Amino acid sequence: MKGKQFVHPYIPNSEPAVKKEMLDAIGMESVEGIYKGIPDHLRFKGEMELPDPIISEYSLQRHVEGLLSQNRNAKNNICFLGGGTWNHYVPSVVDTIMERDEFLTCYVGDAYTDHGKFQALFESSSMIGDLTGFEACCTPTYDWANAIAIACRMAERTTGKKEILVAGNMSPDRLLIVVNYCKPEMKITKVGYDKETGLMDMNDLKAKLSDQVACVYFENPTYVGSLEEQAADIVKAAHAAGALAMVGVDPTSLGILEAPAAYGADYAVGDLQPLGLHMSYGGGVGGFIATKDDKEFLGEYPSLLYGLCETRQEGEYGFGEVFYERTSYASREKGKDFIGTTTALHGIAAAVYMALMGPQGFKEMGEGILQRVAYTKKHLAEIPGVEFPVKGCSYCDFLVDFNGTGKSVKEINKALLEYNILGGKDMSQEFPEYGQSALYSVTEVHTKEDLQALFDALKKICA
Amino acid sequence: MAKVHVRKNFQQARWNEPMIYELSTPGLRGIIPPIVEDEIEESVGDVASGLPDSLKRKSSLDLPEVAQKQILEHYLHLSQETMGANLANDMSEGTCTMKYNPRLCETLVGNPGFADVHPDQDPDTVQGMLKIYYDFEKVVKEVSGLDKFSLQPGGGNHAVYTAASVVRAYHEARGELEQRNEIITTIFSHPCDSACPATAGFKVITIWPDENGMPDYEAIKAAANEHTAAIFMTNPEDIGIYNVHADKIVEVIHGVGGLCFYDQANANAFLGVARAKEAGFDMCHFNVHKTFGTPHGGEGPACGAFGVREHLAKYLPVPTVEFDGSKYYLDYDKPESIGKVREYIGQSAVVLKAYAWSRMMGPQGLKECAEISVLNNNYMLNIMEKIPGVTHAFQGNGIVRQEQIRYSFEKLKEQYDVGSDDMNCRMGDYGIPWFWSSHHPWVIPEPMTIEPCESYTKEDIEQYCKVVELCAKEAAENPELLKNAPYNTGMHRRIKEEELDDPSKWAITWRAYKRKHNIS
Repeated sequence: MKGKQFVHPYIPNSEPAVKKEMLDAIGMESVEGIYKGIPDHLRFKGEMELPDPIISEYSLQRHVEGLLSQNRNAKNNICFLGGGTWNHYVPSVVDTIMERDEFLTCYVGDAYTDHGKFQALFESSSMIGDLTGFEACCTPTYDWANAIAIACRMAERTTGKKEILVAGNMSPDRLLIVVNYCKPEMKITKVGYDKETGLMDMNDLKAKLSDQVACVYFENPTYVGSLEEQAADIVKAAHAAGALAMVGVDPTSLGILEAPAAYGADYAVGDLQPLGLHMSYGGGVGGFIATKDDKEFLGEYPSLLYGLCETRQEGEYGFGEVFYERTSYASREKGKDFIGTTTALHGIAAAVYMALMGPQGFKEMGEGILQRVAYTKKHLAEIPGVEFPVKGCSYCDFLVDFNGTGKSVKEINKALLEYNILGGKDMSQEFPEYGQSALYSVTEVHTKEDLQALFDALKKICA
Repeated sequence: MAKVHVRKNFQQARWNEPMIYELSTPGLRGIIPPIVEDEIEESVGDVASGLPDSLKRKSSLDLPEVAQKQILEHYLHLSQETMGANLANDMSEGTCTMKYNPRLCETLVGNPGFADVHPDQDPDTVQGMLKIYYDFEKVVKEVSGLDKFSLQPGGGNHAVYTAASVVRAYHEARGELEQRNEIITTIFSHPCDSACPATAGFKVITIWPDENGMPDYEAIKAAANEHTAAIFMTNPEDIGIYNVHADKIVEVIHGVGGLCFYDQANANAFLGVARAKEAGFDMCHFNVHKTFGTPHGGEGPACGAFGVREHLAKYLPVPTVEFDGSKYYLDYDKPESIGKVREYIGQSAVVLKAYAWSRMMGPQGLKECAEISVLNNNYMLNIMEKIPGVTHAFQGNGIVRQEQIRYSFEKLKEQYDVGSDDMNCRMGDYGIPWFWSSHHPWVIPEPMTIEPCESYTKEDIEQYCKVVELCAKEAAENPELLKNAPYNTGMHRRIKEEELDDPSKWAITWRAYKRKHNIS
């Protein structure tokens, strides 16, 4: 077979007779006649140094599966990582809809030919609105950090003020993204936190609030795993100083935790990944921003916004782009920031997930996660040297302090691999004040046996 | 030869689908989450009830309550009311290369060795994924000739924003940022080439084309000065004309101390043919979801591969994926990095699919994609320019077009008051997905931008042309037919469009709609 020429299944007009017929039609002998418009010195004369093609799909599948088999994963290991991507159950119905070629391969057509996409994303925004208590929610952003960053700039435009106060213990990676996005003219200031509770230091917040502050950003649950009991007080303090308030939430927690709009927040942001997206080595993320529907908020979104609109057919739910002039597609550099391809398909997946879960599903899952986390903490506490540096209840994520074991998180995690366990995220670099601590995450997927396997392994490793 | 088939009796699914909320009956549900085991429950009790009052949800949670079959049915209906490229003749999306997205890649991303991998796993436990990142970076390096890439940006525009951040860091490090506050772009470059630099804090100078549709070289020369931070330009521009002055423009910008960014979002026509390196650019990017065969998802997920020459590599986002001879690792040690633009190391599903696609192509296949796409485009032009009422941008300037063309229905508008939107609606009635007209402002009147990439057959091209011809003929015979179209797609013509711009009427969620339109 060596040297045999194939017409590639994805390139039909490479068939020699067809290609010749087409060249004849345009009066050319070869494609070089088209490329002659490119000056010779701008042409690439060499050959790309890349491996030969794997032309059969089956062989390619074997090749890629071979590479993927080198990855440990949460199916053949018990995974306790969270912190921004979580190991939740993805219902089969979500996968089925995600894989539909209609949604998967569509582009940015108008609602005339993509009506279903518009409605699915409208419903997605509506249900995020239900969870957060807001009437406005944009089409998805790149991820949670991007949602925070965009909302910070929205707040800057709404208030005309240039400083953002952020919870001092927010994820450092998310903060890096926010800092880069706000860099041209905004100042980001960290507010202190209580190391023992993980909650915002209200005195420090009040000291740092001024008439220059556009917005206060805090997280609930916090990145280090506590529940921000002072949410309403933070919002009140921000408003008293003339600033807006933004909260980052885990949307799956909102079946049991209060909706951000109910305690007065102006923006709720977070990630879509826990709403029915696989972890996919970071490929599951997608952000959301929810706000009031007032023009001073909605008018500042850079994102595409899909709204209902009447059509010639009475009773039909038509859709169109709301206030399109805002966008950089319409107004180039005069638009709000920039808009482009983000993570729309994840918004559709989230719609299916939220519809499946409904109010009962979110409530039961939330209650169950609180119980599993409490149970895990209770049993881990029995292991000599293991402590919990942040007090109080946790939802999914919580810090585990291994300082008393005399072992580093790195050593412990390496040893846990022997038990097919992916231990919590090593936090010793991000938050050195907690020493050798790890961020563990327990969700609805963890069975009692999974947790017992962790307890047993850690008992042996930490002994 | 296959038959050229115009779908005269086409009918898209139209389910007259209610809102998911209207399917709700209290007490129903779509799924039961895993039940907590008795031993856990007995050990810790009802934790939720013990939460402080300030944390507990007291406001109602008005999510719909629907059984699983009806939820599946609802979203299957909505999917059927959507025209994905894999099920239609979607050469409609000029500038965006809607090529075939192989099903195999969807099988691959469902593999637990990918789908169930957490992004914070120790690099030693994800060597397969890191190799995929590393090897795909080699592909984009070869295609561009540049030295180092980041696959972190979440889309093409995001890569352009990353470029603007790198320009800022570069001039800041040289102490010239205050002085160099201008970025030059061209009107036929994608809007992100002006919007992203503006977001990054730069003043934007936009250059209009010369009489042949090329970026006006003299105007660029006149705009370049000590305030120039960079130029951001597409090539070929959105109208499909290759900018033969690319390297001269680079010389001008370099001459005044600026950097040069090449927007190669859509590089399909130039794989193995022409590269950023030979044209002298410092930076470029590729929309992986266009050129490298991955699906668009209706607006993402996506990946914008952003590349630089060696002297700018220190500014790339952290981490980069490196190989030490025995294993792959993540390198965070870049003190001059712009930081991060996206969580984790990138949109891994898109990178995995693009890797698989490019391995299937190999260097010869990549070049064949390019060659067939420019052939397809010129074959199509040869037919289209004979259709009455259809013209194209800068027609007759003697320049051979590359992979796409911006057509115009200006004549139909003048003669019959039938414009681009009307043609678009009517073509939908024949099963053609909504075509890309143009970004704003419409420099070319009543535009339609078409890119028949390598995935399409000769008959697909001829079918498309026949539909354009048919609709143009209908415009002449019965303009009202087009002005009231579509009739056979998932949605009828909008009325009261002004309400979409009216704060008292617009509604982007169901609860806002109910309140503003008095629905109980």
